[in-house]
Amino acid sequence: MSQPNVIETRQIRKAYSMGDNVIWALKGVDVSIKAGEFVAVMGTSGSGKSTFMNMIGCLDTPSDGKILLNGEDVSHLDAAALAHIRNRYIGFVFQQFNLLPRTSALDNVALPLLYSEVPEREWQPRAKASLEQVGLGERLHNQPSQLSGGQQQRVAIARALVNNPLLILADEPTGALDTRTSFEIMALFQQLNDAGKTIVLVTHEPEIAAVAKRKLMFRDGELVEDYLNGHH
Amino acid sequence: MGITKLFRAAMIALRVNLMRSALTMLGIIIGVAAVIIMVAIGAGAQQQVDAQIEGLGGNIFILSGSSRRMGGVTTGAGSVQSLQQEHADYLQTQLPDIEAAAPMLSNSAQVIYGNLNWSTTVEGMDNHYLTARNWVIANGRELSPQESNAGGKVAIIGATISKELFGESDPLGQTIRVNNFNVNVIGTLKSKGQDSRGRDQDDVILMPIKTVRTRLAGVSNSNPTRVQSIYLKIYDGADMQALETDIADLMRTRMKVAPTAEDPFMLRNLSEMVATRAETTRIFNSLLAAVASVSLVVGGIGIMNIMLVSVTERTREIGLRMAVGATPSHILLQFLVEAVVLCGLGGAIGMLLALVVVVVLDQFVGTPAVMQPTIALISIGFSALIGVFFGYYPALKASKLQPIDALRYE
Repeated sequence: MSQPNVIETRQIRKAYSMGDNVIWALKGVDVSIKAGEFVAVMGTSGSGKSTFMNMIGCLDTPSDGKILLNGEDVSHLDAAALAHIRNRYIGFVFQQFNLLPRTSALDNVALPLLYSEVPEREWQPRAKASLEQVGLGERLHNQPSQLSGGQQQRVAIARALVNNPLLILADEPTGALDTRTSFEIMALFQQLNDAGKTIVLVTHEPEIAAVAKRKLMFRDGELVEDYLNGHH
Repeated sequence: MGITKLFRAAMIALRVNLMRSALTMLGIIIGVAAVIIMVAIGAGAQQQVDAQIEGLGGNIFILSGSSRRMGGVTTGAGSVQSLQQEHADYLQTQLPDIEAAAPMLSNSAQVIYGNLNWSTTVEGMDNHYLTARNWVIANGRELSPQESNAGGKVAIIGATISKELFGESDPLGQTIRVNNFNVNVIGTLKSKGQDSRGRDQDDVILMPIKTVRTRLAGVSNSNPTRVQSIYLKIYDGADMQALETDIADLMRTRMKVAPTAEDPFMLRNLSEMVATRAETTRIFNSLLAAVASVSLVVGGIGIMNIMLVSVTERTREIGLRMAVGATPSHILLQFLVEAVVLCGLGGAIGMLLALVVVVVLDQFVGTPAVMQPTIALISIGFSALIGVFFGYYPALKASKLQPIDALRYE
C-alpha cells in the first residue's frame, strides 16, 4: 500500500438543475482504480457514465463527496487549478478525435506541452516519440485531413501520451470508427496498458469493453456492477 | 506560457484562417491608412500655410488707395491713386513699431531677352520693400541709393523670370528690354513659391520706383509722386489692432479727410488674413482626422465581430485546449493576442499603404502631404489598443466556457 490509487472516489454525487427540477446524475459512487489497470466504464445514455468520466477527468467537480487523484483531493479546485491537474496527470481521447484542423500531426500532439512546464526544445522530440509509439512515425507532418479516421485517432492517442500522464481517459474512442479500425485502436490501448499505462475507457459496446480487464456498469447514476473480466 | 509562444500560437491560428484574417485586417488597414493619409494631407496644407506666413516675413499691413464708386460700380482697391511717396516716410517717422515702410507701384510689362519674351509684373520699389516683403537677394545686390533716387535702369528679377529668360545661364550683368527701354540685371531673388491664393510670387521684376513711375506707369502732373500701395512691416510683439487704428488716424490727418468722410485708403492686415487661413486649415485638419478615426473604429468593430464568430466556431477547439491543460487565462490571452496581432499587423500594413499613397500624392499628384512619424506610430499603437478593446469581450466569452460544454458543442 505504498502507492496511492490513481483514482479514488468517495461517495461522489452530482446534481444538475433543469429549471425547477434537480436531477442527480451521480448518486454516491465509490470507485478505486489502481496504477496499471485497464477499466471499461459502461452504461446506457443517462446512466451517469459520462458524468463519472468528467469527474475523474477533472473536467468537472462533484456536488458532494471526494475525488482523490494520486492521493490528492481535487474535489474543490478552481478552473485554473483543474487545468493544471489535467495537463500534468490526464490524457484525453475523444470520440471525434478533436484534432486542430490545418495543423500538422506533430503540432497537434505537442499541444498539451504548450500549457506545461516542459521546455520548448523538448516539444518536438517528445511529440515525435509519442507519434512513433502509436505507429505514426512516418506521418509527422500530415494534417488531419490527410489522415484516415484510424490514423487521426492514433494522433489523438499520441497527444494523450505526450505529457506522460498517470491516467488515460478515452470517451467512446471507437465510436466514429469501423469495426476493423476499432479493434486496431483497442489493440493499441491494450499494448499501452501492457506497457504500464492506466486506462479508463467509456463505451457502450460490449465487444470493445471485453478488451478491458475490469468493467464498471452504471445505471441511473449508480454503480451497479464492478467485476474483473474472466472472473465474472 | 511565454509571450513569444503566445504570439506564435496566435500567428498559427490566424494563418489557419488566412482569408478571414486578411479580410478582417482590411478594416483596420483602411482605417489606419485613412487616418495617416488624412493627417498627412492636413500637415501638407499646414506646411503650405506656414510657408506663406514665413513668406510674409512677419506682421504686415498693406495700405492702398481706396476703391472708387462711379454710378454704383465700385472699382477695385487701389484704383484711386491717393497715396503718395511721402506717406511712407511720414508713417515710418511717426510710428516706432514700423520696421519698414515700403512704397510700391506696379505695372505690367513685356520683357525681352534675346529671342525670348515674357509678360510679367514690374514692381517699383526701394530697398525697404525687400525687407517688408521678406525678399532675399539670391545673387547680385540691392539697389544703390543713387539708383533709387535717380530712377536707374536696373532690375532685380524673380526666379521665374530668371528661368524663363535665361534658363541655366547667369542673368547677372545682362541687359533685358522692358517694354521699350533696356535695363541691367543687378540681382536675382530667392524663390518664394506660391502665395496664399496660388499665385506665383517669383514671376516679378523689381525696379526703382522712380523708374517704373516715369517709364512704365506714366507721370501725371497732377499726381507726380503717387504710389499704388505702401507695405508696412511691423516689429514682432507690437499691438497690431492698436497700430491699425493709429495708422488710419495718422493717414486721415495727413490727407486732411473730413471727420464724416470715408477713408480714402484701405488698410489690410495681411498677417491676420493668413492667420485666419491657418485657423481654417487647422479646423479642416481636425475634421479630416475625426472622419478617418471613425473608419478606424468601424474596423475595430469588425474585429470584434470576427472574433465573436471565431470563438463560436472554435468552441470545440477551446474545449480541447482546456481539456489538455489551458487555463481560462490562457484562453483569454490567446484570443486577445490574436485580436491584437490582427490589429497591429493591420496597422503596420495600413501605415505602409499610407506611406505609398502619401508619396504618390506629394510627388505625382501635386497635393502636398507630409507623413508624420508620430502620427504613424500613434495610429499603430491605437489600432493595437482597438484590438485589446474590441478583442476583450470575445476573449472573455471564450475563457468563461466550461470544458465539458465546449467539448460537446456541435
